[in-house]
Amino acid sequence: MSTFDFPPSITSRPTYGTLEPRAGKFHLMIADAEGAEAILRLAEADPSLMGKSHIMYIPGETGDRFTAKLEALAPKQLYVGPSYTAAVPRLRRILQDAHMGLQVYLTGTEGLMGQAMLEATTAGIPHTAIQTEHRGSVARRMQCVHCKGITENVITDPFKCSHCGLNLFVRDHYSRRLAAFQAVCIDAEDPGNVPPSVELYT
Amino acid sequence: MTIQFNDETFRGDYTFRNSQWAIDRFPFPFHEDSYMYSVNMEQHQGGPKGSVYEKRFDVDEHYVSEMKDRAIVLAEDPLRCQSLPHMTLAGWDLLELIMVSKSEDYPDLFELHRDGNDWHWINKPMGIDQRFTFMDETTLPYGPMEYITRQTQGDFAVLDQRDDNLWMDAGMVTTQADWSLDFDIGMNFFEWHAPVPKAHEMGIFVRALKFLLNVQQGSPARRLNWTMTVNPLLDTSPENYHKWGVQKTTLTPENVGEKQFLRVELQTFFRLPRSNALVFPIRCYLIALEDVVTVPKWGRRLHRVLRDIPVELATYKGFIDNRPLIVDYLSKFDDGLPTSDGIWPEKDTEPPLQA
Repeated sequence: MSTFDFPPSITSRPTYGTLEPRAGKFHLMIADAEGAEAILRLAEADPSLMGKSHIMYIPGETGDRFTAKLEALAPKQLYVGPSYTAAVPRLRRILQDAHMGLQVYLTGTEGLMGQAMLEATTAGIPHTAIQTEHRGSVARRMQCVHCKGITENVITDPFKCSHCGLNLFVRDHYSRRLAAFQAVCIDAEDPGNVPPSVELYT
Repeated sequence: MTIQFNDETFRGDYTFRNSQWAIDRFPFPFHEDSYMYSVNMEQHQGGPKGSVYEKRFDVDEHYVSEMKDRAIVLAEDPLRCQSLPHMTLAGWDLLELIMVSKSEDYPDLFELHRDGNDWHWINKPMGIDQRFTFMDETTLPYGPMEYITRQTQGDFAVLDQRDDNLWMDAGMVTTQADWSLDFDIGMNFFEWHAPVPKAHEMGIFVRALKFLLNVQQGSPARRLNWTMTVNPLLDTSPENYHKWGVQKTTLTPENVGEKQFLRVELQTFFRLPRSNALVFPIRCYLIALEDVVTVPKWGRRLHRVLRDIPVELATYKGFIDNRPLIVDYLSKFDDGLPTSDGIWPEKDTEPPLQA
């Protein structure tokens, strides 16, 4: 099973639910990696959704493990893309045409859900109206508060900023506008004293 | 002009100093010998003559130098001042509030002449003489919020009110107690306060929000908050923490009195008329421990407060490692005598330090 129970945290940290079929004219489902499992379960819960669904899927490290199963759902449209970044122009185009009655479902890693939510909210959909379900890796998208650079897929704490090279610790403080958690220098008060990295949630 | 403005720095050689006048009027934040969070709001309708509570926007001897420091911060990092697109009207509201207040409260320092939308603003301490059209951004060198907050001490968070919540959708933040506007902009009241320990569980933010949502035009409110800062550094930002954090390790028993500062925020809250936004000025006052202890009551009390404060709060406020050094220093100014209630120095009635 690809689910993970996040421990309780501070109020800015996003929490995730379980995708449920909702009434709507059009259903936009965006998933990466193991997020495919949540889509498959959603389709099982209400097979009639698929005829009105556009699935955008970024397999990432799961390769072709889920793609045939998603194809078998016969959604109205299925996009399988190489990266989230590559999928963004397409996503924006879809949101540009969106009408009342659109339902948005996001599932997979926090980085994927956060960034897709940012696109959807920028298009005018309230974040509270968007369903999310975490699946797969607990890696995070982190913003270095010092240089503002984003480091993707951070799985250890502390980690090195991929832009400025500072040693950063991982906070739970989260910005929807940046779709990122905050990372802060860990050895500012004792330069060079960087504790060993440990994997998140271990 | 009635105020002698200091020429001083808040970085590098740190020449910041408080005059006797500034020490006497310092907003000491502890009304008793212990501290815990509370929704310590009161009306902001003036205060004792000469106190920092008297005027709507207090101007003191540090004004001109603080504005120079702000300009340095903004030149290095323009993201310290941001306004989401829907907040421009609130920016004009704020500009009006400050210009009207300052010109009425300090007529010798500031003048505002209005003829319809043709406005003429004179800021004598900063040598500014600006004619502009109210509500026309093209007639000012910056957006309205940035323009006026480059001329007003304190940080400014401008909060949009919707969905029974307050949203930090604009701000000018260069003298902050370690929080990032760039990161927090767009967050609601509970989200931007998320990192504060204990207070959520105590229900502080629910009650505070309830109060703030109901602040009315013409009835501003205020409260004090505080933390500790090594050196008179205004810009204790997370952005620059990797540069200033190490200064915390420079305290010694010999220099703690002059290098360790009590940092007090006078927070005020004003409803803005057109936008219905709430502006939240956060004015920072700094005082060296060696100046605090010249007031016997404050010396006794600060020692007791910092000695007894829960570890979690000392950690959040960033002085847990230096607490022993600080408390040891302050203990020399606590003779165990009782202190009177309230924040005022009571220099005439409190006994001097007993040997």
